[in-house]
Amino acid sequence: MSATGSDAIREPALVRYSAIAVAIAFLGLSVVVPLASVLVQAFGQGAGRFLAALREPETWAAIRLTLLTAAISVPLNTAFGVAAAWLIARYDFRGKGVLTTLIDLPFSISPVIAGLIFVLLFGRQGLFGPLLEAHDVQIIFAVPGIVLATTFVTLPFVAREVLPLMQSQGSNEEEAALTLGASGWQVFFRVTLPKIRFGLVTGVILCNARAMGEFGAVSVVSGHVRGLTNTMPLQVEILYNEYNLVGAFSVASLLTLLAMVTLVAKKLLERSKAVRR
Amino acid sequence: MSVTVEGLTKKFAPGGRPAVHQATFTAPSGAITTLLGPSGSGKTTVLRMIAGLEAADAGTVRLGALDCTRLPVRERGVGVVFQGYALFKHLSVRRNIAFGLEVRRRPKAEIDRRVEELLALVQLEALGDRLPDQLSGGQQQRVAFARALAIEPRVLLLDEPFGALDSRVRVELRTWLAELHRKTHLTTILVTHDQDEALELSQQVVVMNEGRIEQIGSPDEIYDRPATAFVAAFIGNANVLRGTVKEGQAALGAHALGALGSAPEGSAVQAFVRPDEVKLARADPDAPAMSLGLVEALTRIGGFVKVGLRLPSGERLTVELGKAEFEALSVSQGDRVLVDLGGAKIFVEDYSI
Repeated sequence: MSATGSDAIREPALVRYSAIAVAIAFLGLSVVVPLASVLVQAFGQGAGRFLAALREPETWAAIRLTLLTAAISVPLNTAFGVAAAWLIARYDFRGKGVLTTLIDLPFSISPVIAGLIFVLLFGRQGLFGPLLEAHDVQIIFAVPGIVLATTFVTLPFVAREVLPLMQSQGSNEEEAALTLGASGWQVFFRVTLPKIRFGLVTGVILCNARAMGEFGAVSVVSGHVRGLTNTMPLQVEILYNEYNLVGAFSVASLLTLLAMVTLVAKKLLERSKAVRR
Repeated sequence: MSVTVEGLTKKFAPGGRPAVHQATFTAPSGAITTLLGPSGSGKTTVLRMIAGLEAADAGTVRLGALDCTRLPVRERGVGVVFQGYALFKHLSVRRNIAFGLEVRRRPKAEIDRRVEELLALVQLEALGDRLPDQLSGGQQQRVAFARALAIEPRVLLLDEPFGALDSRVRVELRTWLAELHRKTHLTTILVTHDQDEALELSQQVVVMNEGRIEQIGSPDEIYDRPATAFVAAFIGNANVLRGTVKEGQAALGAHALGALGSAPEGSAVQAFVRPDEVKLARADPDAPAMSLGLVEALTRIGGFVKVGLRLPSGERLTVELGKAEFEALSVSQGDRVLVDLGGAKIFVEDYSI
């Protein structure tokens, strides 16, 4: 059977073409037009204005902070996600169900609440506030808070991609590797990691996209200190509120570009996986 | 190197029935020992405990003189061939076979030489660079053998190695395995539910049922002298007939069989007779230990004929006759024939007080 299905389940031509037309119109209005307008706004006054807007010190600082945050959060969540998936897929233990649910929690919680949690914990009036103040450590309205909030919000991505893979693949190959004399780490790097690599990369890509794009949680803990605690999404909002449309849309188009690169990378990955099969 | 297990016990669910209960046997050095039993009989669990993939709740596993009950899998030096092959799908055939040597950090030249030897042994020289998915089931299974043999294991453990293959390939691979064993003389433990496989390949058969060992013996012993009712019924797909003890014999309808000695009068008796052990004859009222059976069904299957009989007791009996034998008998559906159950094995229930 071909990918388009057999003749028996095919609709009449009229139905098919009008359904396709509706889908394209909807997609165009809700996705293509807004995306295009972002690019038009950014480049509307020339590529020179676009580049100049990105070279603004505050904007440049926001880009660097975003990259730094992602560079910390994504590896953390990758390590945690793989470890948690391994634990849940391979072992039976008390509280397994609770752990599985907890991993999903950041997805179900509103990002604003996620940010507030950290303010309530580490803010001046928070649980650990006095202790942190006594040691002159600032978490809220500073980079550590932003990293924490981002890590929290993006925690499920890798685990969610890898866990079903591990569960469906079972551990026969790992057992075979053990009988052949492999150590625990050798089993992980030579057998388990190659088995889950596609899911893992997809998880990392999605995790990274969200880490760079997160607004709500970061907005709460950032304090919006210009040039210090503004990430790219926050910078977009500030520039927009100041009627700096070229600036706002320049940063926005950069973020959009990132999203599109992410999706293309994911698509290429899926294609290479399909070819291998 | 011989493998000895003693009092091996494993329970998966606390309070539940043990998957394996007090299993004790020795797999002699250089021989093929088969663990034979229906699914759920605990045979695979025994194998996994020998490999170290499952921890025993009680009992010991010894390889030769070495007690390895607490030894981790990787230090046991056992070669395992898994039911679903468990080949590394992302590695070529060559790298699969080399795996055990690579993790031991053997010199590259030695690994290459050894891999080529093994490819030749399993007759896959031309397919070394393929991925496992590009091979047929039988070829994948041979890669699994080569991979297990690469580490020069002390013993070879095979878990239903031909289970996933179609019947023609199974028979081919069985012959191939027998040949391989003649070349390597590795102590081998084979888990299977297929009695033909067990009887053909092994020097010793361990029959298991519901986690317990029913009988240990040579294939001939298992076949000719089943020790328990279970073995009698399981091996050779025997017919089961029920009766009682009467005057020191088993009374099964009109048949009186066996000499049961001091068995208490009236105890329940089970008789097991294989389809090829029943003798049929045209009605001849003088012959002893015979009674009439009604021919209900005749099915020709290749070179033999399956005869479905109903005995006067209402019990059904399946008989297999060679084609020539059947033609000599010349019966058709609805005829009555004399049934000789002389080859039946008789077990008195709960006799062993």
